[in-house]
Amino acid sequence: MLRFLARRIALTIPVLLGVATLVFSLIHLIPGDPAQAMLGESASPQDVAELRARLGLDRPLLEQYGRFLRGAVSGDLGRSLRTNQPVTSAIIERMPATFELASAAMFVAVAVAIPLGIAAAVWRGTAVDHGATTLSLLGISIPNFWLGPLLAIIFSIELGWLPVSGRGTWAHLILPAVSLGAALAAILARMTRATLLEELREQYVVAARARGASRARAVVRHAFRNSLIPVITLIGLQFGAVLTGAVITETIFAWPGIGRLLIQSIGFRDYPLVQGCILLIAVTYVGMNLITDLLYGLVDPRIRYE
Amino acid sequence: MNRVGAAIVLIAVVAALFGPAIARFDPSAQELARRLDGPSAAHWFGLDELGRDIFSRVLAGARISLLVGIVVVSISSVVGTLLGSIAGYFGGTVDEAISRVIDILLAFPGLLLAIALVAVLGPSLTNVVFALSLIGWVGYARLVRGQVLRAREFEFVQAARALGAATPRILVKHIIPTALPAVTVQATLGMGGAILAEAALSFLGLGVQPPTPSWGTMLNGGRTHLLDAPHLTIFPGLAIAFLVLGFNFLGDGLRDALDPVTRRSGR
Repeated sequence: MLRFLARRIALTIPVLLGVATLVFSLIHLIPGDPAQAMLGESASPQDVAELRARLGLDRPLLEQYGRFLRGAVSGDLGRSLRTNQPVTSAIIERMPATFELASAAMFVAVAVAIPLGIAAAVWRGTAVDHGATTLSLLGISIPNFWLGPLLAIIFSIELGWLPVSGRGTWAHLILPAVSLGAALAAILARMTRATLLEELREQYVVAARARGASRARAVVRHAFRNSLIPVITLIGLQFGAVLTGAVITETIFAWPGIGRLLIQSIGFRDYPLVQGCILLIAVTYVGMNLITDLLYGLVDPRIRYE
Repeated sequence: MNRVGAAIVLIAVVAALFGPAIARFDPSAQELARRLDGPSAAHWFGLDELGRDIFSRVLAGARISLLVGIVVVSISSVVGTLLGSIAGYFGGTVDEAISRVIDILLAFPGLLLAIALVAVLGPSLTNVVFALSLIGWVGYARLVRGQVLRAREFEFVQAARALGAATPRILVKHIIPTALPAVTVQATLGMGGAILAEAALSFLGLGVQPPTPSWGTMLNGGRTHLLDAPHLTIFPGLAIAFLVLGFNFLGDGLRDALDPVTRRSGR
């Protein structure tokens, strides 16, 4: 297990380095002078030169790169151009809100998808199955930037049951979590159904059926447990999609998380903050994938000896 | 499912091609006195914040959505198929290099890299297409690489090699065709994905810029009028969901039709 662990972690390091390199180069992709772009057309040459020096843009590229990498490792990503707050602390402040939203969305997704997937597999080919399949295709097709406002129109404006935006109480969390979790629920339900149907063809399930177990019992007692492994993997791998979705959901519901910070920073051309947010989301995603991989290896010994 | 999907896509294509002939109003003509008016006999989907006919704008938006989808999917699938087959066929250092680039690009979840790229390059339709293609090829390359690794060992490929066929000929004539069914399915689903991504970027203000009628931009405009004019949000969103559903139906149907395993088990 230790060798497996070391190998997987070693494989992650070049990916992280690549991610950091790409995030570093973002600022150099800005057409023209990045410092001028950040300050706007009307900025004086003196201000532009000052900002260039402050961001280290006047240094040789290799030196800038080295400084960026050292900073990324030590958690020093510079300061926000607008508020002068350290980028790291601005991000840390917003992290709890994003993780709260992402966890709630994943909870909603699992709570809806697993029963739906099981029902579709148990009653395969019936109206229940067709209904569940159509519902999950709808879930994948409806964009969260439409579902969010739609839910707000129905539950906040028409019915007045839930707040339209902001963060604070449980009620504030419901609409953003549902609109963010819907697509994941759809993907998970499809996956649950597919893996369950696959498991149902396995001999141990056939044997259970031969001993007189009903189809529902065969699904729930026998096949479900084994089909959980790919489903859990998918949940881990989809965490990144949830984080990106949060960028949109947070913008819609004025949820004070990292996604909203990212979009606001883009609006203000606060590029150090933009870089910080992108780096954090990508690194979290890589970390989640690594954890999923390691857990997978822990649950299924065959993976470790691949 | 296949037929429903095809019908939906056909409706969108007709809207994109003949939109100006079908629409009764110019999508950019403003009637400020009647701004935010709800749906009526004259204006089926109502009027937007500048008094423009939403039905005409939804028809015009189909053009942008399909255009982005077609261009992004074409670039991504061609580049991805080429790089994927090169990586799979040659193996070794070439494969290593291409696979590492794929790993790094896959380390950015979904839209994030597109958001980052458009944020620095500036919001425009061209930059959206560039950003989405830059990410899009990765999926095709991974898919094709896997298919090629398998196809490399097929007898007819080895026979071609034994007969002295040149590598490009083996790749184009014998290996890539074996990956085409899978690429077709991915491209169909990819159309839906690209349309969604463009709409998301435009919704965030990072994509197509007003006054060009894109569904995402229209949804963005509707955000401030959620309370007084929800029809600004409902119709463009419906159009996006409808078209993406069409491509998903079509992709799912194609996958079932092309995959002997699912066809047999009726999944």
